[in-house]
Amino acid sequence: MMERLKGLSTPSRDNLVTYALVFAAWAVMQSLASAHAISSSMVGLLVPITAYVSLAISLNLVVGISGELSLGHAGFMSVGAFTGLVVAQILAPSVASGPLRLLVSMLAAGGVAALAGLVVGVPVMRLQGDYLAIVTLAFGEIIKNLLNNLYVGFDGGLHLSMTNVASLGMSGGKVLINGPQGAVGIEKLSSFMAGMLLVLFTLLVVTNLVNSRSGRAIMAVRDNRIAAESVGIDTTKYRLMAFVVAAALAGMAGALYAMNFSSIVPKKFDFNTSILILVFVVLGGMGNIRGGIISAALLTVLPEKLRFIGDFRMLIYAVVLISVMLFSNNAQVRMTLDGIRTRLARKDDDEALADGERGGGAHA
Amino acid sequence: MGLLTNLINGISLGSVYAIIALGYTMVYGIAKMLNFAHGDVIMVGGYICFIAMNNVGLPPVVAVLLSIVGCTCLGIVVERLAYKPLREAPSLAVLITAIGVSYFLQNTALLVWGADPKAFRSVIDSPSIKLFNGQLTVSPVSIVTVLACVAIMVGLTLFTSRTKMGKAMRACSEDKGAAQLMGINVNTTISMVFAIGSGLAAIAGVLLCSTYPTLMPTTGSLPGIKAFTAAVIGGIGSIPGAALGGVLLGIIEIFAKAYIGTQLADAIVFAVLIVVLLIRPAGLLGKEIHEKV
Repeated sequence: MMERLKGLSTPSRDNLVTYALVFAAWAVMQSLASAHAISSSMVGLLVPITAYVSLAISLNLVVGISGELSLGHAGFMSVGAFTGLVVAQILAPSVASGPLRLLVSMLAAGGVAALAGLVVGVPVMRLQGDYLAIVTLAFGEIIKNLLNNLYVGFDGGLHLSMTNVASLGMSGGKVLINGPQGAVGIEKLSSFMAGMLLVLFTLLVVTNLVNSRSGRAIMAVRDNRIAAESVGIDTTKYRLMAFVVAAALAGMAGALYAMNFSSIVPKKFDFNTSILILVFVVLGGMGNIRGGIISAALLTVLPEKLRFIGDFRMLIYAVVLISVMLFSNNAQVRMTLDGIRTRLARKDDDEALADGERGGGAHA
Repeated sequence: MGLLTNLINGISLGSVYAIIALGYTMVYGIAKMLNFAHGDVIMVGGYICFIAMNNVGLPPVVAVLLSIVGCTCLGIVVERLAYKPLREAPSLAVLITAIGVSYFLQNTALLVWGADPKAFRSVIDSPSIKLFNGQLTVSPVSIVTVLACVAIMVGLTLFTSRTKMGKAMRACSEDKGAAQLMGINVNTTISMVFAIGSGLAAIAGVLLCSTYPTLMPTTGSLPGIKAFTAAVIGGIGSIPGAALGGVLLGIIEIFAKAYIGTQLADAIVFAVLIVVLLIRPAGLLGKEIHEKV
């Protein structure tokens, strides 16, 4: 086994470690939850954690792998959330199985969010750097405002309106989305299992994309746009690809997230939520998917655990955020860390070399 | 008359945005960072003025001056503690730090002053001016806001083009390394920019709260983002651009609220940003810089 692990290329070995970590976390949390060894508030956090982990992975594709600062990820999450809710309600009479309905509504959520990603992405990809960031922020706010004005009803047929409930022209039936009040009486279809499957699916999509020809093109554009362009890479196409895939995955996570609560409002998916996801990615290390997963899980649990200190909670969060940024970007600290990393890498190489001499077959 | 009233309100709100945007644009021009904490300095400015007027009982002029001094110091301290160590860091690290500072200011305000909105008493205590037999009312705050905006814009233009410090700021925003070689103290210059930007934020905060008299720990965040949008529309780094963008945005917002709907006004404001950037990627008055290979 170890021999075979060593034989794998570094990215695949890295990915295996990530998958192992996710499976281990799943097994531990599942057994703890079924043994009632964790508090009920923690059990309630399980689905949001999986949703945020998925969001962190998908945003990492845009911010870390593609190198574009997106400040509107929550927008795609909310498009997915409300699409998922509507689809789940429409299917309710005809499809009895909860998990199947969740699956279909999450797929629909992913599809609609991808479409939103395309609509936003085409104009956004004409810009770069901070301009791109501010426009994604603007799109996130626009999506939030539009959803705040969206009324959807279902009485056998679907009714849409942008003004008020009365203008839906409903004959009986149920109002699914009620403007700023959002959706109420949501059926709780999400489960920890579904969440973990989504995390694995997201991970699978992103890691496979990163290690593909397209993924290498995306990273080439990130590292040097002009050089990538000069070797014939269609920069817009690959930047857009990363953006749309991330939007679709965010939409799926949004649907999972929404169906974990009994009610949800469009305001939940505002600029602050986008920033929250961005913080996961940055604290986990940009482009480092495993780091993003860990920081998303920890930073979702931490505020909950700090609830006993009340209003000081967010203050501490702010101080931690600033200190981590100052510490990790301190020249002295960076130098020390780089030193340790090179020493470890050298040790790894030495071992691989020694293995190669002994076994003859392994390639480092 | 409704049209004229809306126009006046729009220009007044736009002037507040313009004052904030001027600070934003200067900070961005020199530090190349999206300073998301700028909006929260506005809120702090509002609170200082409120406390000085209502709790201490100082006259409005003194309260405003106190608020400017307080925010200027706050700006310098924040820059020194949080941003200066990150001069060489990737821009995303600086952005996250700025967001951290923004959360810090908001939550400190929440702890110190509480979450319930305060009713801000206008700093200008004189009756509204009635024109055309009372059909058109102009509040004195609107007039002062517009005048302050014009004065600040002219002042900043003169400052950056005539004074030594202003020229140093322009030099630093072009090329910090070259500026340093010319004997400019880059650190002092950047501190100075943050000081001016935060001082302007205090003025904007007082004027904003005088027009829309609710003061909460989150008062500054949306105006901050909108003012940044204004700065980008006008062309970031450009002083007349920030003023133009601010006034345009204010007018668009008030008109959208009056004729389309309160709920959609923000969406329209941000849509304008997107349209402007698609037509002119560097903003209305921004310089387009072509990348050289």
